[in-house]
Amino acid sequence: MLQYFLKRLLGLIPTLLLVGALVFLFVHLLPGDPARLAAGPDANAETVALVRQDLGLDRPLAEQFLRFSGGVLRGDFGRSLRTKRPVSTEIAERFWPTFWLTVASMAWSVVIGMAIGIVSAVWRNRWPDRVGMTLAVSGISFPSFALGMVLMQIFAVQLGWLPTVGADTWRHYILPSLTLGAAVAAIMARFTRSSFVDILQEDYIRTARAKGLAERVVVIKHGLRNALIPVVTMMGLQFGFLLGGSIVVEVVFNWPGMGRLLVDAVDMRDYPVIQGLVLLFSLEFVFINLIVDVLYAVINPQIRYR
Amino acid sequence: MTTATNDPSVAMEVRTPWTEFWRKFKKQHAAVVAGLFVSLLVVLAVAAPWIVPYDAENYFDYDSLNALPSAQHWFGVDSLGRDIFSRILMGSRISLTAGFVSVAVGALVGTAMGLVAGYYEGWWDRIIMRVCDVLFAFPGILLAIGIVAILGGGMVNVIVAVAIFSIPTFARLVRGNTLALKHLTFVEAARSIGASDWTIIMRHVFPGTIAAVVVYFSLRIGTSIITAASLSFIGMGAQPPTPEWGAMLNEARADMMTSPHVALFPSVAIFLTVLAFNLLGDGLRDALDPKIDRK
Repeated sequence: MLQYFLKRLLGLIPTLLLVGALVFLFVHLLPGDPARLAAGPDANAETVALVRQDLGLDRPLAEQFLRFSGGVLRGDFGRSLRTKRPVSTEIAERFWPTFWLTVASMAWSVVIGMAIGIVSAVWRNRWPDRVGMTLAVSGISFPSFALGMVLMQIFAVQLGWLPTVGADTWRHYILPSLTLGAAVAAIMARFTRSSFVDILQEDYIRTARAKGLAERVVVIKHGLRNALIPVVTMMGLQFGFLLGGSIVVEVVFNWPGMGRLLVDAVDMRDYPVIQGLVLLFSLEFVFINLIVDVLYAVINPQIRYR
Repeated sequence: MTTATNDPSVAMEVRTPWTEFWRKFKKQHAAVVAGLFVSLLVVLAVAAPWIVPYDAENYFDYDSLNALPSAQHWFGVDSLGRDIFSRILMGSRISLTAGFVSVAVGALVGTAMGLVAGYYEGWWDRIIMRVCDVLFAFPGILLAIGIVAILGGGMVNVIVAVAIFSIPTFARLVRGNTLALKHLTFVEAARSIGASDWTIIMRHVFPGTIAAVVVYFSLRIGTSIITAASLSFIGMGAQPPTPEWGAMLNEARADMMTSPHVALFPSVAIFLTVLAFNLLGDGLRDALDPKIDRK
């Protein structure tokens, strides 16, 4: 098991290096001179030259990349052009609200999505299935920003049950996590259903029924465990969807997270912040996928011995 | 009446892949309705400049700001006095173009990459799949935001960003199919009579991947329309006063408290359009997937 984990971890290194290189090159792909961007629009030529030297932008590209990578490994992403504070401080303040928002969304959407999927598969082509799958296809078709606006209008503005913006108490998490998780719940429901429909036709399910087990036991013990295998893989992919989706949802709810920070940074062309955030978002995603792969190997022993 | 059995056209009926597909597809009522809806949308989008009742960007009715729907303004009026119905109609051109063009480019490049990777394997495969891994390492919309940050805002750049975002999924899909197809007997037969790689790929392997690509294409258009609208919503895509649906929703946020109907119509427009593409994709999948018959 440990060997498998280490093998997967080492396999990530080339991807991580390439991601890092792309994020590093990002500054040089930006139209215009990064030194001028950093110095501000009113700076004269000498100031720009000074800033260029200060940021090391006059050095050869390879040296710059080494410096960038060294900085990243020490958690140093440079300073924000807008606030002049270290990017790592800026991001650290915004990390947890986004993290908890995605975790909360993931938790409810997996539970609800799988429940809908199982119910739909067990009562296939009957009314619970039709209701469940209509909900699911609507869920993947409704854009999150529109859903967020609708939920906010109804539950925060009209009814006044929940707060509109901010991230102070658990009550603040309800609407944003509902908004963010809706599409994932819908995808999980569709995926669980199709996985379950396949499993319910397997011979061992027929055997379980034939030996007189209660249908509940057949579905939960024999069906669920086997249907979970592809569903877990899907969860990893969906986490990426949530991380990306949080960017849009945070704008709707004015959430003090990394997504909101990223949108502001792109607006202000604050490239060190953009670099740091893009890198962090991808790192988080890559590591979540690693964890999912390992979980997958725990559930399904066949994988480990390949 | 025995004419039906004597009818030569019934007796001679040949089950081509097309008739087989149509036989299965027309049973999916939701998908057929969705397909008709998509066709209607395309017609409306093409005809929009000639049928809109008001100019979408430059007509201002200052006497009825934020007015509710009425006979003059079917979907009401927005906070600047513009006719929402006309804006939705003109916006359909933008969203459909963005959805279709970005997925078409993504599918074209992705399919080519997948065919090469799957057919040649070895180094080509490793390089192409590594590129896909890297593109996949940026979660969801983040890759598109990064590209827009480099290229700048605007709808054309959004289309480029969403196209790049679609490439790796098509590449993986087609590569998987190619790997399975190239060991089949008819491919080996073609190789044994000396067909070139190009002929084998285009005539024998590529047709086998089309079904999967078509299904994914339709499902992906929905995602791409949402992604493009999301980018406009967060201010990185189409800019006001362009009647792009996501940008319209963003503009409507300010008056959400007093006139929620201004936000309602663009939301419904995005929802119905994406829903139609998703239902159509589901129907195509069920009609093209040979596994479905077994069940």
